[in-house]
Amino acid sequence: MSATVDAPRVAVQVIPPADSRAKLRERAFEAALIFALLISLAMLIALFIDVFTKGLPGLSPEFVTDKASAFPANAGIATSLLGTLWLMVVCIVFIVPIGLASAVYLEEYGTDYADQRTWTGRMIGRFNTFVEVNIQNLAAVPSIVYGILGLAFLVRGPLDLGKIILAGGLTLGLLVLPVVIIAGREALRAVPSSIREGSMALGATKWQTIWRQVLPAAVPGVATGVILALSRAIGETAPLLLLGAATFNTQNPSGIFSAISALPLQINTWISAPGADFQALAASAIIVLLVVLVLMNSVAIYLRNRYEQKW
Amino acid sequence: MTQGGAPGPVLGAPQRRLGEKAIRIALIAAAAISLLTTLGIVLSLAGETILFFTEGSLTRGGDPTQPVGIFEFLFGTTWAPQATPEPSLGVLPLITGTFVVSAIALVVAIPLGLATAVYLAEYASKRVRGAVKPVIELLAGIPTIVFGFFALVFFTPLLKSIGIELESFNALSAGVIMGFMVLPTIASLSEDAMRAVPTSLREGSFGLGASRLQTATRIVFPAALSGIVASIVLGVSRAVGETMIVLIAGGIQPNFSLNPTISLETMTAFIANTGKGDIPASTVQFKAIFAVGALLFLITLVMNAISIRFVRKYRQVYE
Repeated sequence: MSATVDAPRVAVQVIPPADSRAKLRERAFEAALIFALLISLAMLIALFIDVFTKGLPGLSPEFVTDKASAFPANAGIATSLLGTLWLMVVCIVFIVPIGLASAVYLEEYGTDYADQRTWTGRMIGRFNTFVEVNIQNLAAVPSIVYGILGLAFLVRGPLDLGKIILAGGLTLGLLVLPVVIIAGREALRAVPSSIREGSMALGATKWQTIWRQVLPAAVPGVATGVILALSRAIGETAPLLLLGAATFNTQNPSGIFSAISALPLQINTWISAPGADFQALAASAIIVLLVVLVLMNSVAIYLRNRYEQKW
Repeated sequence: MTQGGAPGPVLGAPQRRLGEKAIRIALIAAAAISLLTTLGIVLSLAGETILFFTEGSLTRGGDPTQPVGIFEFLFGTTWAPQATPEPSLGVLPLITGTFVVSAIALVVAIPLGLATAVYLAEYASKRVRGAVKPVIELLAGIPTIVFGFFALVFFTPLLKSIGIELESFNALSAGVIMGFMVLPTIASLSEDAMRAVPTSLREGSFGLGASRLQTATRIVFPAALSGIVASIVLGVSRAVGETMIVLIAGGIQPNFSLNPTISLETMTAFIANTGKGDIPASTVQFKAIFAVGALLFLITLVMNAISIRFVRKYRQVYE
């Protein structure tokens, strides 16, 4: 027994607490920690049981294919599900290039030219630090503030897009951009520098090295980050509410210029509506949302395990 | 680069590739988008907020001697921007509402989150960790609207059924459920901080005869304190900024009260509830969205700055 590798455990076993009260304290503390964990677990289980008992009876193929309706009996989520799909299309087209480019800049180019001895070098260095701190900060800005940004700049104001999916998708994209950048940087950092040095030594330029060697090696990590970002965006309600998108909408969206509709918005509408019928509809829609989320996360975990490279 | 028989340029000055420079500039432009986002947030908030304070008078029967004063806004105790002809614009009820809900959330999230972190960092075997981590990640991945639904249709009735007098929208239920939303933030960041404490400190403690409890609470916890504080501050910032749970389960009654059993209104709930109706940009209600949003942004900005500073501190010490 004494030959176990778990160092702390050995220490505890070798020198037992002097009196039995101290021993009891040890046990009680560990029990309290486990109890705290069980509370979280119980809460999660209660949540799932509650949602499933209320929502499963109403879940049918028609529920997924029916359009939105004011009558609970005919109401379905086709409109909002399509809306969410289009929102995610806009989101992905926005965050992948911008997020990846930002990550590549900060990780691969950040320290180049940031020579502390020259004025321009110092300015570049300062710019980089500023961008980094700014991204950290943006990651913690409340989502509803992004809604205000979208309302003021995209829906109204300078761009004046109106309450269309393009505006909603871009708002969600800005919201999750920090997630993609941070995940992208981690993926790039995980590519060993020997790959870069080897490529450069064979005469490749910096960009050739990044494009042909570093980025392909970082793809799984980046893909995981993008999926996690999307799974955050897909459940966001508050920013879309603020874009003025809560208005009742029974037209299936046909593209990025259609009016905004989204699954969380539909859920919110049903929760706010009076009556148990609408509550059941909300629960059914929540099940669909959770299933989509679980699928996305499974893909992310699969990608991480399947393509993760050990260098 | 040349291909085939002829040797390429050898060890000379590198060939200039114009594309390289263009690519670098494009990448900088992409990185600057995050700066533009911040700038956009500040501008959109500042513009309408200034209008709120200068043109607020226009909505009060056009009496220019009665602009919305900053003092009135920050310390007024009645919030009724929709009232006509005399809207009342004291933001304190929204502040107390936010404070009550966040405080309840933290009462739940701090002990549970820290207990989870201590258990994962100091007690759990690798196998247990592998089982517990996904539960915390699952908690972090659930959309807040789902938590809101749960608080409204399950938790509030549950509390009522055990004899607590509650309105159907109330701060207590919203706050407790919000605590579970904040918990993963505190748990995972605190765990990171505790794991960053060098093993040598633990070994030293065990070597002197300290028990696990003593090592965890008197050595590791204090050593990781700056990271733990950072996680709590970030948790506060998340609680203050959370919208859907409070909008759905906490209500939209701007009561100037610390009573958690009644319906309150938080800053975020006001913004969302007002913003979802299609109100004209000329009204004081529309401008109030931005004034309250600016206040919310400032509060969370300060918290995030504090949190980032604390994280730096522990990183400097141990990494």
